[in-house]
Amino acid sequence: MSRALKQMTRVEPVTFDLAVEPLRDLSVALHALGPQTNQTTWQILNPRGQHAVAVGVTVPVTIQIDGHVGYYCAGMNDGAAITIAGNAGPGVAENMMSGVVHVKGDASQAAGATAHGGLLIIDGNASARCGISMKGIDIVVKGSVGHMSAFMAQSGNLVILGDTGEALGDSLYEARIFCAGTPASLGADCEEKPMTPSDKTILVDLLQRAGVQAAPDDFKLYGSARTLYHFHVDNAGAY
Amino acid sequence: MCGIAGLFLKNRALEPELGAMTAAMLEVLTDRGPDSAGFAIYGDGAADCMKFTLRAPVGFDFAAMGHALQVALTVRDDHAVISLPVVREAEVRRILLASYPTVDIVASGARMELFKGVGLPALVSTRFGLAGMAGSHAIAHTRMATESAVTTQGAHPFSTGPDQCLVHNGSLSNHNDIRRTLIRENMRFETQNDTEVAAGFLSWKLREGAKLDEALTAALDTLDGFYTFVVGTESGFGVLRDPVACKPAVMAETADYVAFGSEYRALVDLPGISKAKLFEPEPAKVYFWERAA
Repeated sequence: MSRALKQMTRVEPVTFDLAVEPLRDLSVALHALGPQTNQTTWQILNPRGQHAVAVGVTVPVTIQIDGHVGYYCAGMNDGAAITIAGNAGPGVAENMMSGVVHVKGDASQAAGATAHGGLLIIDGNASARCGISMKGIDIVVKGSVGHMSAFMAQSGNLVILGDTGEALGDSLYEARIFCAGTPASLGADCEEKPMTPSDKTILVDLLQRAGVQAAPDDFKLYGSARTLYHFHVDNAGAY
Repeated sequence: MCGIAGLFLKNRALEPELGAMTAAMLEVLTDRGPDSAGFAIYGDGAADCMKFTLRAPVGFDFAAMGHALQVALTVRDDHAVISLPVVREAEVRRILLASYPTVDIVASGARMELFKGVGLPALVSTRFGLAGMAGSHAIAHTRMATESAVTTQGAHPFSTGPDQCLVHNGSLSNHNDIRRTLIRENMRFETQNDTEVAAGFLSWKLREGAKLDEALTAALDTLDGFYTFVVGTESGFGVLRDPVACKPAVMAETADYVAFGSEYRALVDLPGISKAKLFEPEPAKVYFWERAA
C-alpha cells in the first residue's frame, strides 16, 4: 500500500464528549458498528459518573474512557478493549463475554459479576463481591478486594495482589483464586490448595497479560473443597 | 433505592455556597428517589438561642403565630423556622401544642433547620430555597419509598433529638422490636417508618451520654437490615454502612470538605473534585468528622 493510500485510509479516533452528547447516542453508535468497521478507536470524554457507558459492544474496537464512570460500565462486552482512566462504579464489565476491560483506578462492588470470558484488569482496589458468580472471566486486581469476593464463582481466575475482605470464595465452584496478600477469612467451602505447574502457568500468563511484575511463588491458590455441591451420603438423614 | 448527598465543610469560606452545592448534589440523585426529598442544614446559631423548624398545612398564617409567640420567624413554603431564647423552649413548646394543633415541630436545635416534602427533589429544594442557604454542613435525601407510605412525615431526614438528623438508604428488618424498646425508654415516634427508629436509637444513645461515633458503633450491634446512614449533629457528620454493604456510597475528601454521595455522579461538580481523595466507606466501619467550635 502506498504511503498516500495509507494516509487516506487512516481513520482518526472517534471522540465522543458525554458532556455535550447524550449517552444514548453513544450507545447507538457503538451498537451500529459492524465487524468490518474502520472506526476502531474511540475516545469518550466527560463520563461524569454516568451509568452504562460502553455496554454491549460486540466488535473488537478500542475504547478509552477519560474519567470516572457509574454503574455497569463495559457490561456485556464481547470483544472490545475498553480502558477506563478513572474509577468504575458497581458492576464494571458485568457479564463480559470476551475482550479486555482495564480500570486504571478503583472499582466498586461486583466487578466482573457473572462474566463468561475476557480479561478485567483493575489497577486499584475492588470493593465487595468482586467476581461474584464469575463464569469464565479472568480478573486481575492489583490492589485489594472487599468481602464476599468470588462468591459462588464457577470458573475462571481471580488474581489479587493485595488482601481480601471476609468470606473469600464462599460457596465456590471451580474458579481459581490466586492471592498474594492475606484473606480476612475464607468463605464456606473455600480452602487453600497446592499450586500445580498448570495452575502456575495460568497465573504467570495472567500476570504477564495484566502487565504485573510479581513473583508467582508469592501467591497462594484458593479453590473449592467441593464439600458443598456434592451430595454427601452422611447428610441423607437431613432430607 | 434512595439517594443521599452530604457535605461537611472544613473551609469556612465555602459556607455561603453550602446550600447551592447541596441542592445540585441532591438533584442529580433524583432517579434514585423521586418520591420525596428533604434536607437538614446547619446554619448560624445565636448564643443562648435555639431554633424550631415547624411545618403546617398550606395556607397556615405563620406570621400571626410568630407575632403571637413574639419570636423571630422565617417562612419557607409550608415550613417556618422560629428563633427563641433557650429559656423559652418549654413555654413555646407548650403554647404550640395547646394553641396550634396543626403545627408540627419538625426539628429543633441550636443550628439545625430541617425541611422535607413530597415530590421531585428539585421541586422540594426550590420550594424551600435550599440553594440560597448557608451553613457548615448539610445532609440531603431523595426517597424511593419501600417501608412506609409516601408522605411528608415519611420523607427523610428524621430528627429525634436536638441538632440531630439521620438519612438512610436501605431497609431495617427489626425496627418494630427496637421501636417498642425505645418507647419504653421514653423516646417518641411520629411514624411507622424504619428510618425514624434508627434516628431514635442514635438519639437515645446520645441522650444516654454516648458520643456520635459510639452511638454508631452501638447501631452496628443492634440494627438488622440494609443501611447506609449519614448522620449529623451540631458539630459532626458521620457515615455508617451495614456489614453486607449492598447500598452504594462514595466519599470525597479535600482540604476544604468531606462529601458523601450515593454515587459519584452527585459529587462531580464539587470544587476541586478532580484532586479529591475518592473512596468507598468500608462496611461496618464508623466514619466521623467533627469540627472545632
